Amino acid sequence: MSATPVLALRGVSKRFGAVQALTDVELEVHAGEVVALVGDNGAGKSTLVKTIAGVHPIDDGVIEWEGSAVQISKPHDAQNLGIATVYQDLALCDNIDVVGNLYLGRELRRRGVLDEVEMERRARELLTTLSIRIPSVRIPIASLSGGQRQTVAIARSMLGEPKLVILDEPTAALGVEQTAQVLDLVERLRDRGHAVILISHNMADVKAVADKVAVLRLGRNNGVFDVASTSQEEIISAITGATDNAVTRRAARNAEVQK
Amino acid sequence: MSTDKTSTPLGKADPAAADDAPAPAPAAVTAVDPRLLVREQGFAGYLSEFKRKMRAGDLGSIPVVIGLIVIWAIFQGLNSNFLSAGNLSNIAVSMVATGMMAVGIIFVLLLGEIDLSVGSVSGVSGAIVAVLSVTNGINEWLAIVAAIVGGALIGVIHGFFFARIGAPAFAVTLSGLLFWQGFMLQLLGSNGTINLDSDGLVGQLTTYYFSDVAAAYGLAVVAVAAFFLSSFTDSRRREAAGVPSRPLSEIVLRTALLAVLAFAAAATFNQYKGLPLAVLLFLLVLVASDFVLRRTAYGRKVFALGGSVEASRRAGINVTAVRISVFAIAGTFAAVGGLFWASKIAAANQSAAPATC
Ligand SMILES: Nc1ncnc2c1ncn2[C@@H]1O[C@H](COP(=O)(O)OP(=O)(O)OP(=O)(O)O)[C@@H](O)[C@H]1O
Ligand SMILES: [Mg+2]
Repeated sequence: MSATPVLALRGVSKRFGAVQALTDVELEVHAGEVVALVGDNGAGKSTLVKTIAGVHPIDDGVIEWEGSAVQISKPHDAQNLGIATVYQDLALCDNIDVVGNLYLGRELRRRGVLDEVEMERRARELLTTLSIRIPSVRIPIASLSGGQRQTVAIARSMLGEPKLVILDEPTAALGVEQTAQVLDLVERLRDRGHAVILISHNMADVKAVADKVAVLRLGRNNGVFDVASTSQEEIISAITGATDNAVTRRAARNAEVQK
Repeated sequence: MSTDKTSTPLGKADPAAADDAPAPAPAAVTAVDPRLLVREQGFAGYLSEFKRKMRAGDLGSIPVVIGLIVIWAIFQGLNSNFLSAGNLSNIAVSMVATGMMAVGIIFVLLLGEIDLSVGSVSGVSGAIVAVLSVTNGINEWLAIVAAIVGGALIGVIHGFFFARIGAPAFAVTLSGLLFWQGFMLQLLGSNGTINLDSDGLVGQLTTYYFSDVAAAYGLAVVAVAAFFLSSFTDSRRREAAGVPSRPLSEIVLRTALLAVLAFAAAATFNQYKGLPLAVLLFLLVLVASDFVLRRTAYGRKVFALGGSVEASRRAGINVTAVRISVFAIAGTFAAVGGLFWASKIAAANQSAAPATC
């Protein structure tokens, strides 16, 4: 693992009108590392992702890319740095077919004209590589199932050579097999030296692939844990902010019932 | 597909390599859903597909075709001259003015927006040409260029208020409609009408015919040949790359259909005065705009914005620039349409702005 992180956030804050979504958030991601970002609903995970991806420029703080401060004020800036993002709301164009969506904004051209043949060939290859099954790469996104859309969004982030891949709840709508595929994919990205930020509510997935877990709570950092040496209970109490929380109470209740 | 890690394609290939792998992977063809119904090959497949669509109520362009036939039948019944070559040829020429404006509007509609101002803008364009060339005696070519550039600038202004300021396109172009109509009246001065020389450049836009029969037939031949060649080479390239392609029979069928239409139209024009310049220009514009919309990255951006603005923005598309450019295109074609309108009535006056009156 390299000494300088690929991406580092220093004191990042973001405000939406009356909502202070992020306050002084710190985060470091190194090459070849999977950082899981966890937190309750509305904790600010997606907002944090969007600030990194340039969808919502930050109000305060510094974003460092490979050791030097950078301005990310629009999605294009993030793409140029090598950041690929799968958004929670997917951000696909319903009226455009799968191939068109995969290459949206970076279409392949041949003598100035869209090279549909090459795009379609690579798209099929990519989807096969990721074991993604969709009826046809030439049907509009609108006619795919929710999970299929999600796989298309994930495939989209794999095009090109991203240095950092951000996955915002990539497995939320996926079946068992596809979830396993995505987790494999995350591991493979790490092994190839990419940095990955993975957002998930599924603790088992997080424990399976992540190296570090960063917890957000009400828009603030609430600890960064090493996955190997931290128990699930510790992470959950960091997420909920208390050792006595709905999860532990439920566990205790179940234990009593069993007695 | 197996869930066993080592035997899945995931195990052997990596995703990014798919980006630069030179040879088509044979496995790529297997990524289809077994439930996908493949259409029967050839003509029979076409027919059954057509029947199924009809039954499912997916009528496509059939209502338009039927409507056209009904209209033609009724008018032919009322006046037996309706379907004569002369009348059809005249209708084709008259259509060009509104047709040009429609081309521009299509770009705006694809964004999911509306442009109400094209009628007024076309009036302004006619007025600019008349004032420059007739009143001030400026070279007609220059006057035409000025009118078209003027239309584009008007479009940029609309686009600016819509894309940058954030006013709804409906409101912007509605006020544009009123403003440019007033502007046109201002340009035309107290008379309200400036007559154009019908032998001048603008006049000839709708009066010039390529009277040589070879012109219309030649165009038909070129169009059919170009269509066949482009479909054929495209299909060959797809085959070579291992992606689904159109069978030859289907290409031949489509080409034959186009040939019938093209030669029927050419014969009709030739029975009258020959191929009208206006129709030729309109066909060129249609082909060019179809090409831009479906074959270029710019066209893809226009479609993408119509699908989801936020997704387009996140894909790195410059939303503001595309929006302004689309309104500029609408303004440009409105101006072009205005030239044809002025040419048809051989004047610039309040009767312009056909789309609003
Ligand atoms: N565009 C926006 N405008 C206003 N407020 C916003 C916007 N986006 C997010 N917020 C607010 O910021 C806070 C954090 O939202 P965010 O989407 O980051 O949560 P999250 O951690 O991703 O939650 P979840 O697990 O449900 O996806 C919420 O209170 C939300 O209401
Ligand atoms: Mg979220």
